Amino acid sequence: MIFVFALFLLTLLVITAIAIVRTENLFVSVMLTSIFSLLMAANFFILDAADVALTEAAVGAGITTVIFLSALALTAEREKRRAGGQLIALGAVGILAALIIYATFDKPRLGDPEAPVHQHVAPWYLEKTPEYIDIPNVVTAILSSYRGYDTLGEVFVVFTACIGVLFILGVRPPEQTATRSAESGGLRHHLIPQVVGRLLVPFIVLFGLYTQFHGEYGPGGGFQAGAIIATGVILYALLEGEGEALRAVPRSVLLGLVVGGALLYGAVGVVCMLMGGAFLDYSVLSADPVWGQQLGIIIIEAGVGMAVCGALLSIFHAFAARGTQP
Amino acid sequence: MKLLELLGYYNYWVFAITLMIGLYAVISKANLIKKLIGLSIFQSAVFLMYITMDKVEGGTAPIIQAGVEGQIYSNPLPQVLILTAIVVGVSTLALGLAIVVRINERYGTIEEHEILDAD
Amino acid sequence: MLSAPLIILLQPRGLAWAGATAAALASFAIAVALTIAVLDGQTQVYAMGGWPAPYGIELAVDQFSALVLLVVTGAGAGALLAARSSIDQQIEPERQPLFYSAWLLGLAGLAGIVVAADAFNIFVFMEISSLSSYVLIAGGPDRRALPAVFKYLIMGTIGATFYLIGVGLIYMMTGTLNLADMEARLGDVTELNPILVAAGFITIGLALKAAVFPLHVWLPNAYTHSPHMITVFLAACATKVAIYVLIRFDYMVFQSKLDDHATQFAQFLMPLAILGILVASAVAMFEGHLKRLLATSSVAQIAYIILGASFVSESGLAASAMHIFNHALAKGGLFLAVACLAYHYRDLRLDQLGGAAARMPFTSAALVVCGFSLIGIPGTAGFISKWLLITAALESGPLGWILVAVILVSSLMAVVYIWRIVETLYFSDSAKGDIAVAEAPYPMVLVTWLVALLNIGFGLFPTMPLTLANASAALLMGYSG
Repeated sequence: MIFVFALFLLTLLVITAIAIVRTENLFVSVMLTSIFSLLMAANFFILDAADVALTEAAVGAGITTVIFLSALALTAEREKRRAGGQLIALGAVGILAALIIYATFDKPRLGDPEAPVHQHVAPWYLEKTPEYIDIPNVVTAILSSYRGYDTLGEVFVVFTACIGVLFILGVRPPEQTATRSAESGGLRHHLIPQVVGRLLVPFIVLFGLYTQFHGEYGPGGGFQAGAIIATGVILYALLEGEGEALRAVPRSVLLGLVVGGALLYGAVGVVCMLMGGAFLDYSVLSADPVWGQQLGIIIIEAGVGMAVCGALLSIFHAFAARGTQP
Repeated sequence: MKLLELLGYYNYWVFAITLMIGLYAVISKANLIKKLIGLSIFQSAVFLMYITMDKVEGGTAPIIQAGVEGQIYSNPLPQVLILTAIVVGVSTLALGLAIVVRINERYGTIEEHEILDAD
Repeated sequence: MLSAPLIILLQPRGLAWAGATAAALASFAIAVALTIAVLDGQTQVYAMGGWPAPYGIELAVDQFSALVLLVVTGAGAGALLAARSSIDQQIEPERQPLFYSAWLLGLAGLAGIVVAADAFNIFVFMEISSLSSYVLIAGGPDRRALPAVFKYLIMGTIGATFYLIGVGLIYMMTGTLNLADMEARLGDVTELNPILVAAGFITIGLALKAAVFPLHVWLPNAYTHSPHMITVFLAACATKVAIYVLIRFDYMVFQSKLDDHATQFAQFLMPLAILGILVASAVAMFEGHLKRLLATSSVAQIAYIILGASFVSESGLAASAMHIFNHALAKGGLFLAVACLAYHYRDLRLDQLGGAAARMPFTSAALVVCGFSLIGIPGTAGFISKWLLITAALESGPLGWILVAVILVSSLMAVVYIWRIVETLYFSDSAKGDIAVAEAPYPMVLVTWLVALLNIGFGLFPTMPLTLANASAALLMGYSG
């Protein structure tokens, strides 16, 4: 049964992707992209990747859509038609697709326990995690300890994007193009979204915090939590208007969050070095290495959550503020 | 059994097709935002490829349950990589959109050929 | 110890020029220390988080990475030292802290790629460095920078994603992400199709990032319209790091385990390299804008590096490694001089720069020295790598003579386009007389001259980079042997 469902989902995925490309209304296109992400998340869930599904749903369907929409509000809604050049592109792309499909025939089939992926490094993680770190969620263990350096790099990617957006949108907009975006006043005058939204916001934030601190046991962790909390605040901003949200969480606090989160992560690494371990070797943080690992992971995840949440919100505000400046 | 085998390849085919749909949008569309949408489809397709390979038959999400012996878990490593890649993707998109917004301010259009004509 | 450059680079943020420069200088010092440490052939390895290699992430520095690390940190430190007045002119003060921290992140990203020994880690740091370089290029006052950056962003992301697909395919077949481990396990893989496709994806992806000839279209515009000091920094090291990854990945992972891979690699890259050298040099000859001329010539120079690598021989690789180092010196110096010129000249088209030598004698002289190095006049650094390249070409077989001819013809073309600049600066009458006789601020001129002198210095006494280059070539060939 589940296979039929998966087949159905995958086919739907392709159809959605084609629809996204075909439609000329950018607004529709963005909405379809959001659906595409949700389908993708459902697919990930079927493939046993709960953490990734959660992230894809929060980031892909939530944050990305919001950022796209706020950018659309500042630019144009419709794409202009243009002729020519598309057949060649279609041909080239078709050939490439055939090539990739050809290459798939040698790949191990789905779910084969004998596939090399499942033979080499991964079993070690599954086997040793209870011994070294002793938290149930192996994904979190790899993310923040075994491959903690990657995650550090990733936090800095988000950080770079955040500075980048602030920097690029930091110039004062020229007078003639400063259009007011529709969302600047919020949906204050619509009763139903207002009431429902108000009820939802605290729950979303609460759920985000739960994801943050429960990441060692169930699916979840810093990224997901950061993204979910950011979604909550953005919803608040949409309901109450941009200014209100900024009053609740001022911009300097956001920037502080980003910087603080990134620094917290780096600082843990340095502290580990100072205490005689390698960079990001949490075992030395405490007399008991297992407990040290857990402590390190909790701090790291908090840093990640702070940085991601702060960065996503700063990016959102940078876009949104663009529309409201006179 | 046969069905699963087919599904295994079907996943890769969907990966290849969505990848190319995304690439097609990036190459052939003149609208800058549409290009970025294509880019995000392109990246999602890669996520699908990674997640496809982590599935183990009869496995479950890699969260170790206490007291359960002999449970098969799916491979956690690709999931970690994709978590990272998703966030990287969003960062790139946000930056790209910021640039598009600025282009729109300076040129008054987000269509590629009109920008080329303007200079 | 090895993670130190990264920590130092990652930590300071949101601060202005002084902090950024101090951090860059510190990282340069660490790079020098590392170079001395690896000179005796000892590879320095550092396991992140204390987890052993295939499970945790490993950093590794050998002679090849040390050489590139020197180039990257040196370029970063040098450009930052000189940057202050030029940046003051081009970017509003309130946005400067963000700008400098993006610069530092870019430097950290590039350095991170060079020391990484893990395929996915390379991807993460590649994204840090590319995102920050998009920001840096878009920073200037020129509106044409924006579409240029957008194009770069699209192509760069496609390149990175291709790389990610390739890594995914290899991971699928080997189950590991560590480069050394990958190489070891690739021998057991029986179905080679996915690996071949992976090699294709990785090569194309990185070639996009490195602006190898037919995939270079993003480069000239991006370099031309970015802030001048950023051009110095990026031209000296950004594309070279992509080439570094390309060479390292190919030689470490693929060459030894795939039959015929050496021939395929050579057959794929050599024609591209030759075309790149000839076409880009020819375009540069007719280019009227100073920065764009030099940027186009970069495409040709990158093709030289690829040409050396495509010989799949020790001497070819040594020439490539040497050219990475020397071209960074020559092009860095040239763009520094251009930045000095730009301090007084708004419009950098050649016909506007007539008689500039009379007004800015020091800058112009430095520009000429670096230009000679680019051409490969004996006594300059450029000569050494050209010479190595020609020797390697002769060794490569019966077709060697044709390659030598290509190199010589393109050197002649370089003479032509450098001469056009010299002619404008020294022998052409000034179009406008209202510009005061003044040099650029002295830190800029000083750094420019330092680089120019290094060009001569390493031309006369090339022992240090040569040792590193030879050692890294031997190392890379050792993997495939």
